[in-house]
Amino acid sequence: MNYELVIGLETHVELSTESKIFCSCGGHSAAKEPNDCVCPACSGMPGMLPVMNKHVVELAVTAGLMLNCDINRYTTFDKKNYYYPDLPCAYQITQLNHPICTNGCVTLKTSAGTRDIRIKQIHMEEDAGKLVHGGKYSYVDFNRTSVPLIEIVTQPDFRSAEEVVTYLNKLKSMFRSGGISECEEGAMRCDVNISVRPEGSEEFGVRTEIKNMSSFEAIEKAIRYEAQRHIDALEFETEELVQETRRFDDASGKTFAMRNKETEADYRYFPDANLMPIIIDDEWLEEIKANKPAAVDEKAENYRLAGISDKEIDMLISNHKISKLLDDIVAMGVNAKDGASWILTDCAGILRKDGKTLNDLVITAEKLYAVIKMVDNGDINRNAGKKILIAVVEQDVDPVAFCKEQGLDKKFDVSAIEAVIDKAIAENPQSVADYKSGKVKAIQALFGACMKELKGAGDPAVIKTLLEEKLK
Amino acid sequence: MNYYKTKIGNGNIAVDDTILVKDAEAAAGSKMLTGFKPLFSAEAVTRLENKGYQIAGKTNVGEFGLDLLGEFSYGAEADGVLKGAAAEAVANGEVKAALAVDMNGSARRAAAVSGVDFLKPTYGTVSRYGVISCAASGEQIGVYAKNANGIKDIMDVIAGHDEKDGTSLRNESYDYSFTAVSGKKVAIIKELSEKADAETKARINAFADSLRASGVTVEEISFDVFDTANTAWQILMTAETCNNISRYDGVKFGHRAKEYKNIDELYVNSRTEGFNFLTKAVIMYGSDVLSKNRYEACYDKSLKVRRVLAEKFEELIKQYDAILTPASSKTAYEAYNIHEAFGKVFNESAFTALANLIGIPALVCSGVQLMGKHFSEGLLLGLADAVERKGE
Repeated sequence: MNYELVIGLETHVELSTESKIFCSCGGHSAAKEPNDCVCPACSGMPGMLPVMNKHVVELAVTAGLMLNCDINRYTTFDKKNYYYPDLPCAYQITQLNHPICTNGCVTLKTSAGTRDIRIKQIHMEEDAGKLVHGGKYSYVDFNRTSVPLIEIVTQPDFRSAEEVVTYLNKLKSMFRSGGISECEEGAMRCDVNISVRPEGSEEFGVRTEIKNMSSFEAIEKAIRYEAQRHIDALEFETEELVQETRRFDDASGKTFAMRNKETEADYRYFPDANLMPIIIDDEWLEEIKANKPAAVDEKAENYRLAGISDKEIDMLISNHKISKLLDDIVAMGVNAKDGASWILTDCAGILRKDGKTLNDLVITAEKLYAVIKMVDNGDINRNAGKKILIAVVEQDVDPVAFCKEQGLDKKFDVSAIEAVIDKAIAENPQSVADYKSGKVKAIQALFGACMKELKGAGDPAVIKTLLEEKLK
Repeated sequence: MNYYKTKIGNGNIAVDDTILVKDAEAAAGSKMLTGFKPLFSAEAVTRLENKGYQIAGKTNVGEFGLDLLGEFSYGAEADGVLKGAAAEAVANGEVKAALAVDMNGSARRAAAVSGVDFLKPTYGTVSRYGVISCAASGEQIGVYAKNANGIKDIMDVIAGHDEKDGTSLRNESYDYSFTAVSGKKVAIIKELSEKADAETKARINAFADSLRASGVTVEEISFDVFDTANTAWQILMTAETCNNISRYDGVKFGHRAKEYKNIDELYVNSRTEGFNFLTKAVIMYGSDVLSKNRYEACYDKSLKVRRVLAEKFEELIKQYDAILTPASSKTAYEAYNIHEAFGKVFNESAFTALANLIGIPALVCSGVQLMGKHFSEGLLLGLADAVERKGE
């Protein structure tokens, strides 16, 4: 018999906010040592009250808009009760009854064609801390406690592991380009709900949930393993399937039972009286919409129309900082394709020499624009532009002042170039004689001498023309 | 009587042990929080200190304010006739005023038996920042003083918006000037008077006569919502308390059991040793009403009751300016066994729970209680002042 796979996903994404969700501590990415970013509020001390971080609401709404959700104008928080040492209050603040976004949809393109995945809801919640086990003791690190998360819950609409991975990659590039999350290792975690049923059947099979996976590769492997386990159980009666929570073991590539429905905790959810309902009025929603970056598809299409290559588009879409830099210089008047080349080829090349990547790029749109403008205006040649760019990227110099200081702009002056050519002719009589006797290639030696003198800053075409004229 | 859990200085204000004062041990009357020293002061304390008031010390409270008057305070358990420490400190002139958290009526009962005034203001007017929180949706810092003027002085300082408390109302300040009382209408609630003993009823009548002498119309009416309000509040209060004190687990601070083999035993043994019997009863009750099978019938229903009763009270208060009730069933309590505490407190809270449930102000004065609509403190204090000045 043929079986159909039915999968629903719960994806936790850590938001890129400057502070935690209910206090002013920096996010855990700011932490250097364990318990660096901790205050009485996020360590659960008595007397402290949660105060909502407005930016979290805005990012959650932005994510909802990107996933075509309804934005709920009235949204509330609930408490989820359970004991664990990394949860300082013994409850997690999350949203159960009135989540911020509902009823979304995202379209996937896979080898099976175009498919729509329905988003059930997006809700906001706080992350838990971390336990570190060592020797006789276990240690608690609260840096991650109360870091803001959104959880995106889909309907059971996936039919293959490939669709799941395509969806996750799409979320990742959307959230990166939208400035919602960096989606770094561990900042995106998935729970996978999975069941199988005979093809054509309308009823769902017994469902299991595989908890807390962060690598896409592991997710794909886990789905394949778990699907086969379900099919074997139905086909060959190898075991009886029960509704349960399982974990995936990367080393063995297998899933193992954690707890079943009977032993599952009752989390005793109830409304959090410390946080007033959040009302999102028209004005605020319009403000968030106005600040929302262009949808990934739309943005990629614009880059494509500007003549940027697919490979470059991928690099831009997956890096919000870089695509914003490009968008900014384009807004100042730089040609998009040209600008992309300056950033993705030249800047990246400079950084690569030091073992860095574009993520390490520190340059303002104004400085990059100043460099490109000097080249575009013909004040300097592209080589000189690159030299200035190196100085800007490495030492953050002022490009115009640096250009003057190094005399790079003067090298374009015809009279200055003529003086250099005269000097080269005077110093290389043999080459001049060879050229005049018909060895055309001998001009290369003279050209090289000129370039050396100009430190590579002159326009090669201009030098060549002037040199040929002088040798006539 | 030993007023203080922690003595701080020679100040004129006492603060109950559920309100934080920086660096002063704060245990909320519980063994569970033994040795806990807060890193910051409650907003209300800071505002008083900024105005030159000094804190004398932290007065004993019953564990998490759950008992009748403070009789089950760890290390200071009461015998004989029961009194509240903060109320007595004010009654005996030890301090000018005291702050206390009104969560399930203990502060109002203590004021009634000690013969001092206590105001539980409108929910959201005084910041809860720095309160060892139990029932967030209805608890509020209130003030003990000898008379209405003493309460006004303190309220003028501590009331107002605080951005550190998400439930703090946006008003920058409030006006606690006494409203003129002549021509006002006050209702005595038949159902609550019937629950009280003869001496308490006599207090109600004397208070009513005194009001009448000031030109206030007083009449008895039936308004049968208090038992329903009490049941709803006990459900919400126990659930929220159970949740809020679950952070006291022996892991981070406070009491930790000496004997444990694993994390579950650390939790269970620390909490078994750290909480008293009444707190454990509240935890059991609160867990039960939040459980999956009972949530809708208990917790969710109580939230609906809260809305309905708020509307009913609003209707009533269109006809009357305030209501006059007992704050307790009797004028004095004797020490008793903690195993009886849950039931005793439940019964007595019938007088106090409505104010916590729907957030209205309640003022205890001359051993009786006045309640009015939200932000009617000026009128309640005016009524109390009229009676107090007659008595002088």
